[in-house]
Amino acid sequence: MVTLGDLKTPAKNTWCPGCGNFGILMGFKKALMQLGLEREKVVLVSGIGCHGKMVNYVNVNGFHGIHGRVLPLATGIKLANPNLTVVGFAGDADQYDEGWGHFSHAIRRNIDITLIVHNNMVLGLTTGQTTSTSQKGFKTKSTPFGSIPPALNPIAHALVSHGTFVARGYAGDMMHLTGLIVEAIKHKGFALLDVFQPCVTFNYLNTYDWFKERVYKLEEEGHDYTDKWKALEKSFEWGDRIPIGIFYKEERPTYRDGLPQVKDMPLTKLPTEDVDIAPILESMM
Amino acid sequence: MIVNKISVLIGGEAGAGITRSGFLFAKACLRGGLYVFGTNDYQSLIRGGHNFYIARADAEEIYSQADTIDLLLALNKETILRHKDELVSGGGIVYDGEEIILSNEELSRDYLKLYPVPLRRIVKELNGAIIMRNTVALGAAIGLLDYDLEILNEVMRDTFKPKVAESNIKAAKMGYDYAQEHYAGNFEYRLEKTQTDGKRKIFLTGNEAVGLGAIRAGCKFYAAYPMTPATGVLHFMAPLDRKYNMIVIQTESEIAAINMVAGAFFAGARAMTATSGGGFCLMSEGLGMTGMTETPAVIMLAQRPGPSTGLPTYSGQGDLRFVIHASQGEFPRVVIAPGDVEECFYKTMEAFNLAEKFQIPVILITDKYLVESHGAADVFDQNRIRIDRGLLLAEEEYVGEEEYKRHKFTEDGVSPRAMLGMRGAIVRTNADEHDELGYTTDDPELTTKMVDKRFKKLNVLIRELENYETTKLYGPKEADVTILGWGSTKGPIREAMKILSKEGLKLNYLQIIYLNPFPVANVQKILKSAKKTVVVENNKTSQLSSLIREHLLMTVDHKILKYTGRPFNPKELSQRIKEVL
Repeated sequence: MVTLGDLKTPAKNTWCPGCGNFGILMGFKKALMQLGLEREKVVLVSGIGCHGKMVNYVNVNGFHGIHGRVLPLATGIKLANPNLTVVGFAGDADQYDEGWGHFSHAIRRNIDITLIVHNNMVLGLTTGQTTSTSQKGFKTKSTPFGSIPPALNPIAHALVSHGTFVARGYAGDMMHLTGLIVEAIKHKGFALLDVFQPCVTFNYLNTYDWFKERVYKLEEEGHDYTDKWKALEKSFEWGDRIPIGIFYKEERPTYRDGLPQVKDMPLTKLPTEDVDIAPILESMM
Repeated sequence: MIVNKISVLIGGEAGAGITRSGFLFAKACLRGGLYVFGTNDYQSLIRGGHNFYIARADAEEIYSQADTIDLLLALNKETILRHKDELVSGGGIVYDGEEIILSNEELSRDYLKLYPVPLRRIVKELNGAIIMRNTVALGAAIGLLDYDLEILNEVMRDTFKPKVAESNIKAAKMGYDYAQEHYAGNFEYRLEKTQTDGKRKIFLTGNEAVGLGAIRAGCKFYAAYPMTPATGVLHFMAPLDRKYNMIVIQTESEIAAINMVAGAFFAGARAMTATSGGGFCLMSEGLGMTGMTETPAVIMLAQRPGPSTGLPTYSGQGDLRFVIHASQGEFPRVVIAPGDVEECFYKTMEAFNLAEKFQIPVILITDKYLVESHGAADVFDQNRIRIDRGLLLAEEEYVGEEEYKRHKFTEDGVSPRAMLGMRGAIVRTNADEHDELGYTTDDPELTTKMVDKRFKKLNVLIRELENYETTKLYGPKEADVTILGWGSTKGPIREAMKILSKEGLKLNYLQIIYLNPFPVANVQKILKSAKKTVVVENNKTSQLSSLIREHLLMTVDHKILKYTGRPFNPKELSQRIKEVL
């Protein structure tokens, strides 16, 4: 069984004191402990941004990839070896701006991976610019007169992209978040977990206090996560009250289930030697 | 009478089955013992426009299309008007005389022979689909040439489903009988089979040969976004995925494709993608990531003329410098340019070995002319290239003396690569500069060490390549003229050599197959004793000349460049060689 000590790495943590990322980091470690997963069977894939350093801070397999490409990278790993637990970590700009083009596709393919988005509604590592989840009117160095368009709604997008597990967590409630990460990883299929992650340095608007006043738990209000229309309705709830928890969940065959030739067989276990192409050559004669 | 030497052009609108018909004709010639070559020309549209396919057959070995046409199979009038000037004196035109009215003024070539065949009426009599006109024309061609119709029938039985084959066989027979009845002995060209045992060679496109090489090399994951002219690999691999236990996935973009390939290789599977220039642009950042993370990757780039969308269905060689330098920063990579279908197969297999052995990206650079033309080859030797996965740890458990380090410093720079999931090994890599364990670093000494580590592999790679066929010399060692080229110009250059040799010119040709790392020693050896050098390329700036200049400080004497989107023709090229001498 994996312990907190096993997951520790020698890397020095460089996040700002009080950063919402700490809640996600601890939540993930605790989830791994609860799930009893072997470290060697877990692969952490991250993109570019403060969240990307997750690879340095959790002692499991890791690939710190490039901006916006967490999902195709994680997809390649998972399709090659379904015995691995693949968890992608992305930032809001990383996934919803640069990587937006992969979002709906990974979801509709129902690749059996988990995506945890550190959604702080601002670009932190590049010292404070707007992102696609920044609130309309949000003032940053790149939008000194306020962000013009309304924010993207990743939860609603995931739902209409045939998402089979769509949830939102809050980094300020680590216990609750840990439970969501456990459920997301356990889910067979693509799990989106969007996490409110206050950026204490660059997001002056969406602070811990701001979230604390607003977030409430769907499960505490009797939300039925098997009801897609209800989930969609809930995904548009924004303002004084903002829901967290599981919006929607269903079982649907994964992408790999549609590939009978490999079933649960890792591609890495298939021999590369002696693949006989004689029948194809024969057909070309 | 001209026996066993013919160039046939079949042309018509897109969607009329032009390429398939040309392919069938060429294959029927191949089965009869002739040497064949087939190439297509089409526009970027789905219906209408003008498509054609040139099938050439000869008793002598051939490597490309010919400059001229002996027999035109015209499914529409446009085909005749466009190609009448390419027809030789005594050349024939098979067309539907009841559909196409040709006035003498329009044709204005009294040296051509007209062979009207009621293609549409015959198809109607057979209650067949209108697309079968091409098969009737094919049958008529076989009849005109007095060739063995049964060979074509066999090829159609092997190509189509039984029902489709039978109706096509009927259609071909009607065309054949019509030609025999009306035009027997009228055409100057004849085909005779020179062998009776049929299947001895394979006939395939470069795309198919690349796909075959990948499958034989144990590629288990193919990810690609459709882009002409590389889509043929996707089309080839997709129906084979179940039989060969592969995953073939059409991605949302080329960015996704390269990242998925990196993921699959990182997990420990052999993986590949293919694209053209535009898609390769999108892959550039991912390419750099594979360089930084020392993740193997195999990418095939089939060039077309650029910049940007350029001529999307034509051929060019303008991307050589691009693939050698693509992506920011510096990292070792291999660039290989196969020149025919055989090399497409064997070099793809080599690409997988080098990618894994040195944990670097390997790029196969081809072009439309190479990957979409059909070439004949001896049946590929499955065992010529042995699979070598390099330092890949595939055991259940890691038993090193110390903690597993994905980027461990070693003498030759190559770190043992553990498959993901191996007990006792945590595998971590990083697109940021990193330490041996894969943790992010910005330490100046460590950065230097890591860059040096990655480039140490280059030295070993260069030594390794001494055992590879990185260049190939054709013709005598000593010659008055030395031609240099890479990739698909190989066919036309070898054809031009045949012509010029017959005219008494003493020339040789150095094909450069590995463009990066540049095979300096091999090229130098030839250039040192070369009397006159001519570089032949399908681009504007002669990128090979600039590489020679860069690596050898030598300037080539002449450059023959063509950038119309079309390949060189043999006579055209031989003329241009003579002009510069």
